[in-house]
Parts: sequence; structure tokens; C-alpha cells
Amino acid sequence: MAAESEQLTLVQAVRDGLHTEMERDEDVVVMGEDVGKNGGVFRATEDLYEEFGENRVIDTPLAESGIVGTAIGMAAYGMRPIPEIQFMGFIYPAFDQIVSHAARLRTRSRGRFTCPMVVRAPYGGGIRAPEHHSESTEAMFVHQPGLKVVVPSTPYDTKGLLTSAIRDPDPVIFLEPKLIYRAFREEVPADSYEVPLGEAAVRREGTDISVYTWGAMTRPTLEAAENLAGEIDVEVVDLRTLSPLPEGAIVDSFEKTGRAAVVHEAPKTGGLGAEIIATLQEESLLYQEAPVERITGFDTPFPLYALEDYYLPEAARIETGIRNAVEF
Amino acid sequence: MSTIQRDPRDRVQVLDEAGRVLEDADVPDLSEAKLVEMYEQMRLARRFDERAVSLQRQGRMGTFPPLSGQEGSQIASAHALEEDDWVFPSYREHGVGLVRGLSLERTLLYWMGHEQGSYVPEDVNVFSVAVPIATQIPHAVGAAWASRLRGERNAFLCYFGDGATSEGDFHEGLNFAGVFDTPTVFFCNNNQWAISVPRERQTASATLAQKASAYGFEGVQVDGMDPLAVYKVTRDAVEKARDPGAGELRPTLIEAVQYRFGAHTTADDPSVYRDADEVERWKQKDPIPRLENYLRRRDVLDDGRVDAIEDRIEDRVAEAIETAEASTRPEPDEIFAHVYEGMPKRLRRQLEYVESIRDRHGDDALLEG
Repeated sequence: MAAESEQLTLVQAVRDGLHTEMERDEDVVVMGEDVGKNGGVFRATEDLYEEFGENRVIDTPLAESGIVGTAIGMAAYGMRPIPEIQFMGFIYPAFDQIVSHAARLRTRSRGRFTCPMVVRAPYGGGIRAPEHHSESTEAMFVHQPGLKVVVPSTPYDTKGLLTSAIRDPDPVIFLEPKLIYRAFREEVPADSYEVPLGEAAVRREGTDISVYTWGAMTRPTLEAAENLAGEIDVEVVDLRTLSPLPEGAIVDSFEKTGRAAVVHEAPKTGGLGAEIIATLQEESLLYQEAPVERITGFDTPFPLYALEDYYLPEAARIETGIRNAVEF
Repeated sequence: MSTIQRDPRDRVQVLDEAGRVLEDADVPDLSEAKLVEMYEQMRLARRFDERAVSLQRQGRMGTFPPLSGQEGSQIASAHALEEDDWVFPSYREHGVGLVRGLSLERTLLYWMGHEQGSYVPEDVNVFSVAVPIATQIPHAVGAAWASRLRGERNAFLCYFGDGATSEGDFHEGLNFAGVFDTPTVFFCNNNQWAISVPRERQTASATLAQKASAYGFEGVQVDGMDPLAVYKVTRDAVEKARDPGAGELRPTLIEAVQYRFGAHTTADDPSVYRDADEVERWKQKDPIPRLENYLRRRDVLDDGRVDAIEDRIEDRVAEAIETAEASTRPEPDEIFAHVYEGMPKRLRRQLEYVESIRDRHGDDALLEG
């Protein structure tokens, strides 16, 4: 008898989410480089090939634009393809297909054709990877109307958000924080369930400052919040969906605390932090007690791994940023 | 042997420039009625094109990509399809759309900038036009692949130009098609010029057709201004996509060698980059008189029938223009209507904002001219 739930890592939850949806809906196919026999370079598609066969877990030629471009054709033809881009740093050859076509197929056909597709890509740094393996350029996709952008931070959410993304009628960019693929385990139900897109989660309640973050940065943010406990009462809001931005949750938290910081590992300029701050300025100016702090990566290409720890925000930097906002 | 199993440099031709059947030519089996229909549609596409360019010049329409010279390729290839087959066009296939059931009014509306012009009715198996070059090629492969995985027997005809063969998506699409044996027919409208850059600047290959051999399937070159040859080759390719012979792969790359008589779009001036002599030379191959002479020689057409066709065409184009121009300006909610299945809160608020500025200022103040 199957277990009702299991302790899974985040990457196992990805696999579990793919598995339950593939069982439920035979239009769901997984495609990409090494996703088949090899089970994915991070094992995110492990054993799916054996169970569902080569027509549903498809090892493709090494060609990102081809993978996403053909997935668009499949999706328009009624299937539910899940193309995998092995690392977000390799997504740019497919960027044209994603922004020029997936994002606007519904618009430019006035609803006749749609693109129910989930592009999965491990993103972010901190795993001592080579060049082009550590990018987190989610803002580029958030900027594109027609796409949804989702970043889970826990195994439970990963399966639930991925399930929602697969069932969603629109194209979803699903960014997996590979830094925490195996960092911890969490109870994940064996049955399928949905965590709705577009809703943030308050990971820690607090009254002094709202800290907004997502994905791999959620854990060091929570760590910083714990370190400051007793001194500063920090609320941590995990956005989970970056597009459409869960504006209500962002504003509600801020109106409670009056101070805010944004933590993301992407470069500062034009990053999503700027959009969050603009939203607060538009919606909650009169609640604002201090400038909003941005604790982010730098406006440099992601460094080679000997220096990546300086680049990535971690608990100490986040603590300092929070203090700056509170002590203004 | 099938027409498409040949040296890619061996150009398929049925009619000479005067519309006479060449010796040993493989004349496709088409009824007289079908041939006359093709002729009429080619004439209609030509006349539509002339009027559309004129509308643009008069400021009654936006930028338009004319097709004159390419009617033989477009009309004849589209006739090679069955009803359930699919077309993945670029942006110049107004003639193909016409054959497949897309109204001229809708094509005009699209180029007049009305969002509704993008809508392809449910009973028309034509994908949305793709303006970025070669990007539709992987879509056609993906859809063909999905269709095959579902156990259907449909063929997918994908159009693009000679410039598209330089793009990565051309390579990636054809490569996937070969690897996954998808029922896709790649139809390259080699009209010699990618805006101002000649075919010789796109590739050092002797032909575009021969590129197919890199992907493991046939490439065939056809006289794109010879409608009978285009029909024959496309029909064979479509049939192979459905029912390949033993050891054959389903995809085919067709290089239809032709010429666009006019500009790439109404935004460029071809006299800057090509000689009048060159245009005149290609005009000798014009597909319309070629088919007309063939049909007159077979006593299928005479002056009376041609005049009647001309009258019908004139009326139809005039009517399409009248209908399109009578369409009222779409409401701004059209911009927001189809971004996502449901409208996110942010978008709804932006729509409300548009409505509020309309209320405050009135459309007259907001709209130019």
C-alpha cells in the first residue's frame, strides 16, 4: 500500500509532482536534455522514463529553442508539455520562443490557441557550479506579460505549485532553487494537491518589519529573522509566485509593520525588489516609516565559485539590511 | 519513383514560361474545376495584394508584406492539403489563408491593426502568423509531433522564407523533425531576397533544398512560379508525411524557387537593392499567365471566362475592403482580454485606469487623427 505521505526533499517533490500529474493526465509529457534514461542531471525525472516510456519522457536533441519551440506547438495542439531547461543560465536560446510566442500565443490568436506549458529550470547560485549555471534572472520573465512565474521554497509547496502550474491554462516558468534541492526534507502527501498560484505565504509572523523573499533566499532570511528575535520582530513573506505578483499579501504585511526589506539573489538593478518597492510606494505610502532596503546580488555577472559566497545574500547581510531599515 | 526522391539540385518543373507542358513532365492529376479554382484564387491574391499596397500608400492601412509573384507557390501548395491538415504560416501567406478559408476581411483587419484580425476561426486549421523569422518552424514540428503521438494522420505544412534558413530555429526545427520523424512539410519560399540581403548572403550552399540531407530526409527544389510543379511536389510530400514508404522519414524540405515582384513590406524600397532588369527577368516566369496559357491551350479558359473571373475578383476585393474599413475601432478592453485565461488583478486595475482616462478626457482627446 502506498504511503499517504513521505518525507521528501525539494527535488524529490518535483519528481513526485511530475509523477502524479503524468499518472492523472496522459497529455502531460516531460521533455528536455537528459530527462529520460538519465533521469535528469539533478534526478528530477528519475524513473519516469521507465514508467511512462520514451514518448512521454522525451530525451531531446541539445537545443533549448527547439525544446521550447516544439513544446509550444505541442501545447497549442492540446498537450501539456513540461520542457526542462537544464540550468537557468542556458535558458536564453529559448528566451525568444518564451517571450515572443509562449507568452503571447493566447493574445495573438484572441484565445483560439493557448500554451499550457511549464518550463522548468533550476536557478540560482551557491552550489559551486561552473559559469552560466547560477543565474536567477526571474525579473526578465516577470516583465513579460502572458507568463506566470513561480518559485517554490519548500518540498510541500513544490509539489503543490507544480501541480497547479501543470494544470494552469497559461505558460508558467517554474524556477527551482537548486541550492535547496536537497537541503532538507518535509512531509509531502502522496496524493496530488494544489497550492494555488498567485498567493504568498507568511513564513514567520512579525510586527516590526516585513521582509519579502522567495526561493532559495527564504531560508537565510528566516535564519536572520530568528537571529534578530527578541530585538526585532521580523515578518517573512515568501512570495512563491512572482507573476502575477501577490500584491495583496505584500501590501497587507507592510501596512501592519510599516517597514520593509526585499531579499533576492538576482542583481539589484531592475530586479524584482524594485517592483515590490514601487508597489508599496503606490499602495501604502502613508504607512511607510523608513526607506525599503534591498539586499540583493550585485550588478555583476554571477561570479565563479570562489567568490560566490560574497555575492549571495546570507543571514549576516540580511540581518544588517533589516537593522538599517528598522534603525532609520 | 516519387517526385521528391531526386537530387535536390534537380528542380522540378511541369510548365515552361509560356505555360506549355515540358517534355517528360509529371503533370499532376487535377480536375479542370480545381485548376480553374486555383487560377481564380491566384488572380484574387494578386488583385488583393495590389489593392492592399494601395491602401497602405493612401494611409488607410499599416505596413503590409506584399506577395505578388508568389501566388503559384502559395495557392498550389495549400491545395495539396486535406481539410484536417494544418498550416503554420509566416506573415506573407495571405494566399494560403485564402485557400484554407481565412477571409480577406480578416487579413485586412490584421494589417489595419485590429486585434480581431488575429483570430483564426475554429474551423480553419491555420496557426497564427509569426512575424519573428523561423520561429514558427519548431511550432509546426511540435504540433505535428503531438498529432502523431495521438495517432492521427494529419500533415503540417510550414512556410518560411530563404532568410529563415539562416536562423537557429530552422536548424533546430528540422533537426527535431528528423529525429522524431514528425509529419511536417517545410516549405521554403525562396524569393531571393531577405528584405535587402540576397540569398547568396544567407548560405554558401548551392541550394536550400540540400540542407535537408543534414537532417536525414529529402529536400527537393521546385520551380515556385510553376503552380503545377508546386502542387505535385507538395502533394507528394504531404502523402509521404502521412504514409512514408519503408525506410523513409516523414518530413520533407521543399525549396520553392521564386521571386517577390514588390517590396519586402511597404516600408522598404526594393529599387535600392536590386536591378529593374532582374525584376523583369523574373516577371517572365509569372505564375498567373503561365497557368492561364496552359488552361487556354486546353480550352478550359477563354476570354469570356477570364473576364467573368476578373469581375468576380474585383467585386470580392472591393467588398472585403469595404467591410474591413467599416469595422469600428475596437474597444481598449481588447488589449487586456486575452493575456491570460483569467484577468489578474493588476491587469484589471490597468483596464479600469484606461476607462477612467477615457471618461475624463474623452476618446477625441486621446486618439490621434
